[in-house]
Amino acid sequence: MDDLKHTALFDLHVELGARMVPFAGYAMPVQYPLGVMKEHQHTRDAAGLFDVSHMGQVILSGPSWDVVARAFETLVPMDVLGLEDGRQRYGFFTNDAGGIEDDLMFARRGEDLFVVVNAACKEADIARMKAALEPEVTVTPLTDRALIALQGPAAAAVIAALDSRADDMGFMDLRDLELDRVPVWASRSGYTGEDGFEISVPEARAEGLTRTLLAQDGVEAIGLGARDSLRLEAGLCLYGHDIDTGTTPVEGALNWAIQKVRRAGGDRAGGFPGAAIVLDQITEGAARKRVGLLPEGRAPMREGTEVFDAAEGGTRVGQVTSGGFGPTVGTPVAMGYVDAGSAGIGTSLWGEVRGKRLPLTVAKLPFVAANFKR
Amino acid sequence: MKFTEEHEWLREEDGEMVVGITIHAAEQLGDVVFVELPEEGTVVSKDDEVVVIESVKAASDILAPVDGEITEVNSALAENPSLVNEDPQGDAWFFKMKISDPSQLDEFMDEAGYQKFIG
Repeated sequence: MDDLKHTALFDLHVELGARMVPFAGYAMPVQYPLGVMKEHQHTRDAAGLFDVSHMGQVILSGPSWDVVARAFETLVPMDVLGLEDGRQRYGFFTNDAGGIEDDLMFARRGEDLFVVVNAACKEADIARMKAALEPEVTVTPLTDRALIALQGPAAAAVIAALDSRADDMGFMDLRDLELDRVPVWASRSGYTGEDGFEISVPEARAEGLTRTLLAQDGVEAIGLGARDSLRLEAGLCLYGHDIDTGTTPVEGALNWAIQKVRRAGGDRAGGFPGAAIVLDQITEGAARKRVGLLPEGRAPMREGTEVFDAAEGGTRVGQVTSGGFGPTVGTPVAMGYVDAGSAGIGTSLWGEVRGKRLPLTVAKLPFVAANFKR
Repeated sequence: MKFTEEHEWLREEDGEMVVGITIHAAEQLGDVVFVELPEEGTVVSKDDEVVVIESVKAASDILAPVDGEITEVNSALAENPSLVNEDPQGDAWFFKMKISDPSQLDEFMDEAGYQKFIG
């Protein structure tokens, strides 16, 4: 654990009794004394506070928004140019084979683009953006900012009590707020399927703000363990597991994130790495697809579980990429890739667990309905 | 009660050994969501994987502490896996076994020895 990086909240995690584990080169809290199950339920019932400072925060700036947005569109298949000030979108970097290099959130902040990328990919992402966009656009990693998320039905009241300007923020809005005299950039988004905020805060003020938030009614610190079960129930991808360099957006069932203007026939169609493959798959479909998989029994089906189309013999039709127990659903839940012919909702399949074929059903995602502010 | 380095406990009851996992092991595992028990009547050797226990985070195997025959399993655990967290050294026993070689028990620790072992 000695060579692991620490976030600004490391000492606070230890003080709160967290079990620290290595994650993407950082020592991160996997759970607090409450435990994964109760942390998960607390986030669905009230508000959970997560340290996600290990993620990469980057500002792209240039002579104008138009230049910055058009430049970023050469790396992602999203409508960046059409983003209004103070609005955020989900996106991903693609490669020449149409695979996904990382997924990310990006928001317009005046003339700048504010990008949040995964911890494990951030060095490569920054290098990619610098190589492709500089010198016309300047790529600045924000190494002096922490990122905390407050998620759950009670999050809005907690934040609005500290700054009433949060009140009328809608889902995927980004706004400058002042929380307990700390200037922050808050987006109304997250990774749990719940209403909530992700809050970018100067590192020196992060612990103080976190203590303030934890002191509010209904707020508990939540570890990476519950973060994973929350996002799995919400049907959200974990990069490196559910999507990676070998999966395309269409295979990953992420077509919704590619706006019409970047698709075939759109005003700015293509122009991102792997565009020919991705746009063709949007029209023609892909040979396999990411789907929800609901085990019928009580045995969790973990990542790597092979999926077959018969209880005995038959054909291997896919594999689980994320799986575990869903505390809110109350049963095991999973997602994974299956052949297009087996991807219909309600299809009966079998997962092989410890040599035994156990029944499962292809299920609609998310497993738990999203509870976003609209 | 005897304790193993695999964090199991054994308690003698009516000439059989009742086997479970320790409070320490249950705490380390976290919230248990699934327990798969062996068939009654299974003949096992020491270190055979006899029980699969899954927490929210991961799957673990429980090994047979000694040679013998599984005579009874605690089916309440299949219905209510969280019992493992609530009462690991009491109601949440896993199985009972008739043991073949009592001398295999000699290497196990007593409670004080186990407490020292887990530090």
